[in-house]
Amino acid sequence: MTESLTNPLLDVRDLSVSFSQNGRETVAVNRISFSIEAGKTLALVGESGSGKSISALSLVRLLPPGAKYSGEAYFSQEDLLKLDDESLRKIRGARITMVFQEPMTSLNPLHTIERQISEILELHGLNQESVRRARVIELLTEVGIPNPSARLGAYPHQLSGGQRQRVMIAMALANKPDLLIADEPTTALDVTVQAQILALLERLQKNYHMAILFITHDLGLVRRFASHVCVMKKGEIVEKGDVISVFSKPTHPYTKALLSAEPKGLPLKENENAPIVISADNLRVWFPIKRGFMRRTVDHIKAVDGVTLKVHAGSTVGVVGESGSGKTTLALALLRLIRSEGPIVFLGNNIDGASVADMRPIRRDMQIVFQDPYGSLSPRMSVAEIVAEGLTVQRPELSLHERREIVGKALKETGLDPSTMDRYPHEFSGGQRQRIAIARAIVLEPKFIVLDEPTSALDMSVQAQIIDLLRDLQNRMSLAYLFISHDLRVVKALAAHLIVMRHGKVVESGSAEEIFANPKQEYTRALFAAAFHNKVEPLD
Amino acid sequence: MVGPTTASDQLAPPVVRTGWLKLTPLNKRRLANFKANKRGYWSFWIFMTLFVMSMLSNILANDRPIIAYYKGEILFPVFITYPEEKFGGFLARTDYRDPTIENEIKAQGWMIWPPVRYSYDTHNLDLPTPAPSPPTWMLSDRQCEAAAAKLNKSDHPNHGCADIEWNWLGTDDQGRDVVARLLYGFRLSVLFGLILATVSSIIGVAAGAVQGYFGGAVDLIFQRFIEIWSSLPQLYLLIIISSFLTPGFFVLLGILLLFSWVSLVHVVRAEFFRARNFEYVNAARALGLSNYRIIMQHLLPNATVATLTFLPFILNSSITTLTSLDFLGFGLPPGSPSLGELLLQGKSNLQAPWLALTGFCIIALMLALLIFIGESVRDAFDPRKSFE
Repeated sequence: MTESLTNPLLDVRDLSVSFSQNGRETVAVNRISFSIEAGKTLALVGESGSGKSISALSLVRLLPPGAKYSGEAYFSQEDLLKLDDESLRKIRGARITMVFQEPMTSLNPLHTIERQISEILELHGLNQESVRRARVIELLTEVGIPNPSARLGAYPHQLSGGQRQRVMIAMALANKPDLLIADEPTTALDVTVQAQILALLERLQKNYHMAILFITHDLGLVRRFASHVCVMKKGEIVEKGDVISVFSKPTHPYTKALLSAEPKGLPLKENENAPIVISADNLRVWFPIKRGFMRRTVDHIKAVDGVTLKVHAGSTVGVVGESGSGKTTLALALLRLIRSEGPIVFLGNNIDGASVADMRPIRRDMQIVFQDPYGSLSPRMSVAEIVAEGLTVQRPELSLHERREIVGKALKETGLDPSTMDRYPHEFSGGQRQRIAIARAIVLEPKFIVLDEPTSALDMSVQAQIIDLLRDLQNRMSLAYLFISHDLRVVKALAAHLIVMRHGKVVESGSAEEIFANPKQEYTRALFAAAFHNKVEPLD
Repeated sequence: MVGPTTASDQLAPPVVRTGWLKLTPLNKRRLANFKANKRGYWSFWIFMTLFVMSMLSNILANDRPIIAYYKGEILFPVFITYPEEKFGGFLARTDYRDPTIENEIKAQGWMIWPPVRYSYDTHNLDLPTPAPSPPTWMLSDRQCEAAAAKLNKSDHPNHGCADIEWNWLGTDDQGRDVVARLLYGFRLSVLFGLILATVSSIIGVAAGAVQGYFGGAVDLIFQRFIEIWSSLPQLYLLIIISSFLTPGFFVLLGILLLFSWVSLVHVVRAEFFRARNFEYVNAARALGLSNYRIIMQHLLPNATVATLTFLPFILNSSITTLTSLDFLGFGLPPGSPSLGELLLQGKSNLQAPWLALTGFCIIALMLALLIFIGESVRDAFDPRKSFE
């Protein structure tokens, strides 16, 4: 399908990559073939572990030693897999360049951005310093860094995430590459920034007439950005073709599953008559900024600044906003895990002044599920121990056998096989781990659960399952949720009431249905445009 | 909540009773990693063999028989001190090496000697050459002749080295057998190192845990104190203290402990700082666990990896400190079997190279084995290897 009569820029045939460890051979990429024409974009999509990044990295042979390649990868008549190191170095960073996912760690924190960009220019033969500087300024202008000549001496930490990614792109563009490998370039960014970066990449692609190998797990991005797509699963390409035909007429069942995996369903209706489980009035979390010898408090970082909310039993309040808007801080403050000001009423009792000891029995009714299903379960405890941990504190009268019964029941509720309770977390997949974390939260039969981005670290198909599970549990146990997410599609499927936060303040709040249909604030509109259509809306 | 209640009886699988050692899969993989490292694994077994041998040094090298049968009575001279009266002598302690006693017991029964008939403080009175005497196998029969003549009466015409009691590695300058002193010295060094490393780890981990977990003012004050404390000149203080306290095993242990607990604090503190913001620690807090339980259940296991990684090196440095103090003469009281003292003798008796060489070899062997073991323990705990 993608093959055309003209010579493609990159032509990969039967590429396989395997790793051998302790004598065992693991095939990460299995005989994949694809090609990219100059100036076009090919997207590699697939869930985590499908071998997308490894395929891309193997093209420039950046994989750790121990990786074995086979097959052919012709890049303008040269087989990249068979080139000697010296010739490959000439291609890397000049004709093929890369942008990585994490702008935080892909720039050296100790070097100024001028030094990082000009290093590449110098390596590829631009020796005169004044020329280099002019070129750096030109590049920074091109990627849209405001006032570039003043920013030359800036260090990475002085730039925002989006700006850092722009610098990365400037570095990638420095030598006018023919092929840009973009490995999840927007995944770590907020939706509004994500849309800006995509627009930038698109503009640059036109200007430079370069091909882009775009690696992502986000089908929405593919639809908007790529001309051709390869769907990968377990190291193999299961379907490829141009975006329009693949998306409209997927043939492989996996592609169909991926396309239908977006969270669906409607949130439970908010019942105004249901008892209020938790409410906060003008909640503030201010971190003092201390200066000078006496550590005087000169100012505050207002992480949460005057948030008022209430959550009814059996319904969900969604909190959305970009990173740094204070969503998680708000949740931790409501659970009294960090200090805050302003009254918090939980089940009719004021808990904002309760001591640590007073809080302990109350904790039984309020639980939290975290984002990272890998970090939130102790690797040293079995699933039964993890889930039962709360029981040992809150209901010490239970015998071991009774505890295990309750744990088994909770695991069953969350769709896990109770007979696996003596296994350890690493034996479970990401989605199953998140189910374990949910089981830990519901085993105490709480009234209120904070869900802090519970689906963000999961693959799309698993996200939908977890959302269904959460809604089902809510329905049966009449749970109140505070659902935090930056992913508006997920929020739409679960939250009845919505709070939009920015810089610690509430921008807009009200019924979710109403806000999604008719956002009043400009910020909310920009957020929605970026999230649902990957469009850039002007924002102050 | 859903489903028939009768099914709930089968929900939880029966608790599997494991053996005395309950290993999590993670620890199993670590153990497998450790075994896979051949150098470390072999070092471990060689070291354990040496250690067990040295723990048995009382019955491997002693100047008393292990079991004796005398006038219808079974005696255990290694464990029980019998007065010489029993065998017709007059001393408070029996000298079983005395030919008179030996012949007396042999005449009235029998006795089983340890493989080496010297203890660490036994002076060999019948040395073929003046002390320090070289290893017997280096001597010519002519040199042994005098000593052999003293021992054997007349039944043996040709007196040679084969007839006298051997000092396999020679004697030191007081005529004490080097093999015996090595065995006892090895035991003393390793025990000293183990106790010092264990106790200072416990103190260090506790201090680091408190600082890392609570942070803030506690951490600030403790850290400044540790900075001052660890910048005190250790060696001089040791020398001064040992000049007015009689240095014995436990006095030295106490003095060294004063300073050695600091070494682990920073590691554990950093580990706690990192781990106290882990999501599973936050989750534990949200479940209402007390600080003590969070530290014991969730944070200490994290710090164990760092601690275990450091432990062999702390053990090594403890042994080295004791050895160097003994070498300088500020260590254990005179007469104690110590490897440092052996080195010191080697230094002052350059004409007797077997002293310094033996001391050097055994110390180098011990330290190298411990480092090899430590390295492979560290590698076994390497998260890149234990998590896949």
